[in-house]
Formats: sequence, C-alpha cells, structure tokens
Amino acid sequence: MNKLMSSLSSIAPLALRRGLIGAAVAGALVLAGGLAPASAQEHGGTKPHRESWSFAGPFGKYDRAQLQRGFQVFKEVCSSCHSAHLLAFRNLAQPGGPQFSEEQAKVVAEGYQIQDGPNDAGDMFDRPGRLSDHWPSPFPNEQAARASNGGAYPPDFSTLAKARTYEVGFPGFLIDIFTQYQEQGPDYIHALLNGYVDPPEGVTVPEGAHYNAYFPGHAIKMPQPISADQVTYTDGTPQTVDQYSRDVTAFMMWVAEPHLEARKRIGFQVMVFLIIFAGLLYFTKKKVWKAVHDH
Amino acid sequence: MGVRGKETLVASTETAETTRRDFLYIATGAMGAVGAAAMVWPFISQLQPDASVLALSSTEVDLGQIQEGQIVTVKWRGKPVFVWNRTPKDIEEAKAVQLGQLLDPVARNANLPADAPATDANRAAKDQEKWLVVIGICTHLGCVPIGHMGEYDGWFCPCHGSEYDSAGRVRRGPAPENLAIPPYHFVSDTKISIG
Amino acid sequence: MSGHATFEPKNPALKWFESRLPLVGLIHSSFVAYPTPRNLNYWWTFGGILSLMLVCQIVSGVVLVMHYTPHVTLAFDSVEHIMRDVSYGWLIRYIHANGASMFFIAVYIHMFRGLYYGSYKAPREVLWILGCIIYLLMMATAFMGYVLPWGQMSFWGATVITNLFSAFPVVGPTIVEWLWGGFAVDNPTLNRFFSLHYLLPFMIAGVVVLHVWALHVVGQNNPTGVEPKTPKDTVPFTPYATIKDSLGMVVFLIFFSWFLFYIPNYLGHADNYIPANPLVTPAHIVPEWYYLPFYAMLRAIPSKLGGVLTMFSAIIVLFFVPWLDTSKVRSGVYRPLFKQFFWIWVAVCIGLGWLGAKPAEGGYIIAGRILTFWYFAHFLIILPLLGLFEKPKAVPASITESVLGKKGSAPASVGAQAPQTKG
Repeated sequence: MNKLMSSLSSIAPLALRRGLIGAAVAGALVLAGGLAPASAQEHGGTKPHRESWSFAGPFGKYDRAQLQRGFQVFKEVCSSCHSAHLLAFRNLAQPGGPQFSEEQAKVVAEGYQIQDGPNDAGDMFDRPGRLSDHWPSPFPNEQAARASNGGAYPPDFSTLAKARTYEVGFPGFLIDIFTQYQEQGPDYIHALLNGYVDPPEGVTVPEGAHYNAYFPGHAIKMPQPISADQVTYTDGTPQTVDQYSRDVTAFMMWVAEPHLEARKRIGFQVMVFLIIFAGLLYFTKKKVWKAVHDH
Repeated sequence: MGVRGKETLVASTETAETTRRDFLYIATGAMGAVGAAAMVWPFISQLQPDASVLALSSTEVDLGQIQEGQIVTVKWRGKPVFVWNRTPKDIEEAKAVQLGQLLDPVARNANLPADAPATDANRAAKDQEKWLVVIGICTHLGCVPIGHMGEYDGWFCPCHGSEYDSAGRVRRGPAPENLAIPPYHFVSDTKISIG
Repeated sequence: MSGHATFEPKNPALKWFESRLPLVGLIHSSFVAYPTPRNLNYWWTFGGILSLMLVCQIVSGVVLVMHYTPHVTLAFDSVEHIMRDVSYGWLIRYIHANGASMFFIAVYIHMFRGLYYGSYKAPREVLWILGCIIYLLMMATAFMGYVLPWGQMSFWGATVITNLFSAFPVVGPTIVEWLWGGFAVDNPTLNRFFSLHYLLPFMIAGVVVLHVWALHVVGQNNPTGVEPKTPKDTVPFTPYATIKDSLGMVVFLIFFSWFLFYIPNYLGHADNYIPANPLVTPAHIVPEWYYLPFYAMLRAIPSKLGGVLTMFSAIIVLFFVPWLDTSKVRSGVYRPLFKQFFWIWVAVCIGLGWLGAKPAEGGYIIAGRILTFWYFAHFLIILPLLGLFEKPKAVPASITESVLGKKGSAPASVGAQAPQTKG
C-alpha cells in the first residue's frame, strides 16, 4: 500500500498529486462504511482488548498445539451446547489446522454416534462416526436447543469467529487497513469468555441471565462456561480461564477460516510477484514513452 | 579515421542500448505470461472433486440381508454397485468359461494387480466366492445394465445390447471391458466396506 | 480519427478472412493504431482497469455458480462449502466478494475523473450517459449479488431495499410483492435475484461495448480538454496506452491483493457470517460501502416517498450533467472556481458516505440534509451558474503545446511516427 502510494505519486503529474491524495483519503473514508458493527456492539458493550494472535498479520499462522488444546476445550466443554455443523472430522487432519494424524481424527470420529439411514427396513440408525461425517449437533434442532437453554439459542461455531466484531472507530479503522488487523472477532470472543464479572452497583440482571462486561446489553443467557482446571492439558500449559479462552478462540477462528494459512502464504507470493512485475512494467513504460517525452 | 571511430562508438552504444531494451521487454513479457498462467490455475483446479466429495469414499453393505440369487444395488460415490449373492449354478457357469472365450481377459479388479486374469476366482470376493461385487456401469457408455438378463445369465445393457456373464465379464456387444470391481474388504463375515 | 497505419494483411489466408469479416482490422484500428492523446495521465488507466475488473467478476462468478446452490436452506452452507472444500474455492470467493468493491473503487475514480476533466461535454454526451447506465447496472448487480450468500445482511439488505419500492403510491405494495414473489423476502426472491445477478453482468458487458464504441467515435478527452488537432498531439494506442494501462492495472492489482489476501472481510459485514434469520433484524443495518452516500440521502429526508425519490434522483441527475454544465471550457484544469467546487463536492460525497454508516439520529440527520442539499445544488445551481460567471484561465492551443510549453524546447515531429520505429 505504501509502495503503491509512493510509486503512484511519483509518476502522477504534479498538478494531480493533491487530487490523488484526496481520492485516496476519500476512498479510505468511504471504506469506513464497510466496518459496520455487528450485533448491536455499540449498544452497551465494553470494547474488547486487542490480543496478540499467532494468526494475525501478513505471516500469521495457527499454533498447532494451541488449536489442539482449543479443540480439546471445544470437545469437552463447548460442544455440549454449541454445534459446529460445518466442521467435518476429516478437517481435524487437514493441513493448516490442528493437524491431528488421520488415525487420531478417526478415533475422534468413532467416539460419536452419527445418525444414518434409512436402512432397508426404512429405519434410521446410529453408527460410529467416520472422517467424512460432520460434527454432530448437541440438539436436533433450534427449538430443542432453545428449550434446553432458557430460550437462548447457543450459536453455531462454524463461522462465529468471523461473525462477531466491535466498532473500531476513527481513525483506527483506517489504520487497520495498513496493519491488516482483522482479529476483532477473536478479540471479542476472548473478552466475552473473560467478561463474567459482578454487575456494577445498581445494575440488575434479569432472571436466568448473567452479567458480562463485553456482551451487548450485558445480560447474557450463557452462564460462565468454563472455570480454571476444568479441562486437563497434557502439555503443561496453564489451566486458567484466560488460557482456555485463548485456545478455544484460536480453534474457533480456524473453524471459521480453515484456509487462512494458505491464503496468507499465497498472498505473499502474489505480492512479491506483482511488485516485481510492476517495477518491470514501470521501466518498460519509461523506455517506450522515451521518444514521446523527449520531443 | 576519427570520424570512423566515432561511428563505431555510436553503433556499439546503440547495440548495448538495444540489448538492454530487448531484455527488459522480454523479461516483462515473460513475467506477464507467467502471471497469467498462474492466475488461470485456481480456476482450473476448482473443477476437481472437492474435499467433501473425496471424503465420501466408503459405503458399508450388510450382506446378511441379501438372499441367495438376489442382486442388491447400493450407491457408492454416486454410482450403483451390484452385490450379488450367487447360486452354485451361477458360480459353476462362470468357472466353466475358458479365458480364451472372453472378450476382455483382464480381471479389472481394483483389489488385485492390474494384469490379473479374469478367472472367476479373481472376479469373486476373496475366499467367499458366492459374492460378486461390481460397479453397475456398462463399460461401453455408462448405462446401468439390467440383472438376470441376457444369454449369459449376468447382465444385459439396454442401451446398446452389451451382455455380461455371471462373473460380470463382458461376453457380447460393444462394451470393451468387464464390469469394474471396486476396492472393498470384509469388515466382518456379513459386512463389506466399499471404498 | 485516422491518420495512423491501417491494417493490411499480407498472409493470404488472413486476407481471405479479412475481406469477409474484418475482425483483425477492427481490433487493429481499435486497440493498436487508435490514436490516443499523448498527455493522458494515470487517471485515464481506470477505464482499462474497469474492463479488467468486469472480466474478473464474470470469470470468478461463473466459477462460483458451479458450486453454489440458490436455495434458502442451502445457500449459506454452499458458500461455506466453497470456502472450505472446493480447491481454491476460498480464493475465488474472496476474489468475487472483494472484486465487487474494487470494481466500485475504480468506477468512482473513473467517474470523478470524467467530472473533473469535463469528459461529459459535447461531443461525449452519449459516452457519458452510457457510462451512467453501466453504473446503474453495476449497482443493481452488486445488490443482488450481496443477497446470494443468504447471511443476515443479505436478507435484511434485500428486505430494506426492496421495501423502497413500497413508497410509490397505489402500485407500491404490489410492486414489492412481485419483486419478492411472496409476502416477504424468501426463496423465490433468492432465485430471481440469482438469475438476474447472472444476467446483468452480460448486459453490462454489452453496454461497455457501446461505451467503448462511442469512445472510439468521439475520441478520448485529455487533461487539457483540447481536442487533438494534428497527429503530433496523439500517440498510437499500442504500445503507448497499452503499456501505461498495464502498469496501472498491475498497481491496482497490488491494491486489490492487499485486501484479497490479508483483509478479505474488511469491506464486508461480520453479520453476513450469520445465516439469514427472518425473525431477527441485526441491530445496525448498513448497505455495502458503495451505496452509503445514497443511503444517507434516503435517511436524511423525513418522508418515505421523498427519500426514495431523492435517492434515485441523485443518480438520475448525473445523466443531465452534460447540459447542466454551461461552461465553454471543458477541462477543470483551466477553471479555478470549478476546481474548488469540484473538491467540495467530492468531500460532500465522502461526508454522505460517512453519514450513511452512522445511525440515523440527531446531528447526523441534520448534517445529512445539508450535504444532500449541497450534492444537488452542485449540479442544479453551481454548475449552470459557474459557466456564466467564472473567468477561465487561458487554454493551450494544442495538446503538444501544453506538454512542451513547460520545457520550452523546440518541438520535433514525433507523435505518429514513433510507433513505427519501435522494435
């Protein structure tokens, strides 16, 4: 982007430079509209902190061990209420994810009963999961999920990390273009999981809801989902709520964007190619136009 | 002499200039071509079977439900697979055929080497010769043949009249190959997994 | 506009073909020998960039359709299937989604350039109007495309925009039901939007052909606004414009790639990763950024019908710009007052865009009304009056003079000859 600006302004005629900058600012400002806050974020939620995520930035990558731990948290805790219907068991072994071995993924799959059928007698039946199966949902349908959760529907995890954000405001949203910060969703989820605090003086939380500093409106139906030492890590990672929420958030980000690593890797190759190509074209253009400019 | 020298100088710089310019043009053009080719690849690559299609590669069949003489059709990778519980008579007929009489002498069995001969033993399930498992796609142009029909007691293809025997081997008609046998194995005595 | 080499095939087979369909000759005269003003700056490369983006959107769109399912129960998951399972599906889908925004960035720059340099003035009125039609078609296409992933913003965007038509008296409600094919946005709506979203880009391509045709009849405008007078004022399209356009395109692709590979969801809405739910409206509904100025106008007007009419008028007024601008001087470069008003108007558009993303309340509405008024005043009051009262600066006698005037060197005759000497 900086390269683009400087190369453009050096080749643009002097008289137009002001216009160029004007248009760049214009474009950037207009882009502001793209940053619509989702889910009433601006209506009474504290702004989440920006965390340091391994998958942020141009060379970001998922931390395999973290994804595996996050998966453990999801499997042992979250998945008892939340579905992730776009996650297939085979994904657990694919490149760019937690990268369990295929054997491990098969073992996970076989631990679940998947409804199949109908068989020749016309009956549905349960069988152990296979790699091609998708993660089974804890409830048969949304109504059942609501009935078991005090009327609230535990959202599906498939795209959740990309479906949450918070308003960044001016000029942060412009700076984010240059820093490539896109991790508002994970920030929010991490903050939410750590946001269960006592309500401030004078605030009453409705029956069946819980106070959360980061949830829009503060009254969330989900009780604090995880507590320290609830999940046993085998690799010595601290078993704190903060660590659990970081791990499961990273896992959720992977579920929402499984090809992030390939995207950034290819992106870098494309960028290098285009910048060199643009350089060559620039000199070629200069050569071609030499005769005209000289006369 | 002096004039001559000057001319040579001019000529040589022009050549150097020309070479440099040509190199620039060629490098730019080559890069453009490489870029265009690289850009095309994802659009071609997306045509291949996607990850979810590739993952759906196995189907289990409960053989306990299939009576003697019955052919059951199951779906595997979107194609019909015939599972036939053959009678002793069917097996005898298939065994009696000499390899020389066959239009296609190769077994076409994905579980065996590519050059295995098309004997009945190589066509039927391993150690359980009453079971014949074949992909139900005529090797001519992809129609589904009809079972227990035709002169050879196997399958008859309604599209162009190809006939198969009781080991699924082509015996007549335009079809060039025996019915293909998919990869499968016995999960238990009464259950196979195709794929 | 001739004066450069015409195409005469030597190959007998080509000769035979050309005498029956002069296709290569047409390409040659349109994209090789076609004379372009020698002083075009990089703002003129956006025409080529737009052609590139149209091709990019059509190609990626055709491929997406191979994997997409237009049904309310499957649309969202089929898009996610593309993102997850299809080989390079994530790339193609992000190209298409971000490509739409890039298309609009390029078209806005292209339009601002035309407005600044007076490219709409005689004899280019038809060229300009065709461009406005393309812009309208683009807006319709983009709107219907945004509905297809069937996320929350898709659904509620479709609901709000189709409801605009209910503002028309008597027939309004019927029009809306006919648009929906039901009593709410639902599967029939999704299916017809999908069909039209596939159709419209080809209509855009058709109008683009007319646009380019018109361009080649009247010739390109240039920063001075002075028509080319001698061959010295122009250079052949190839290699001069070709190479310059290529550079512009590649630099634009770098900009595109930045979004595509690193911040592909920046220009979208997080809410659109939530599957559509007809029972719950997201708290903050905003259209895509390229509609925001019009959205601000819609909300600035207190009456429903008035808001809708204002919004549509904001685009319709563009069709009349060739006649609203009364100045004899074409290019804004030589119009000191116009220049200032032009930039004020650009700022107004940006301001409206900013307001469009803000909640419709209090000061934002007042500001929206002021800016909306200014937007129209620019075209309906300022442009006509400026032509009458403004004292333009001296316009150069020719393009060559404007280019070489600064250098003060004696001009040598190159122009048309230059290409022939090129190896």
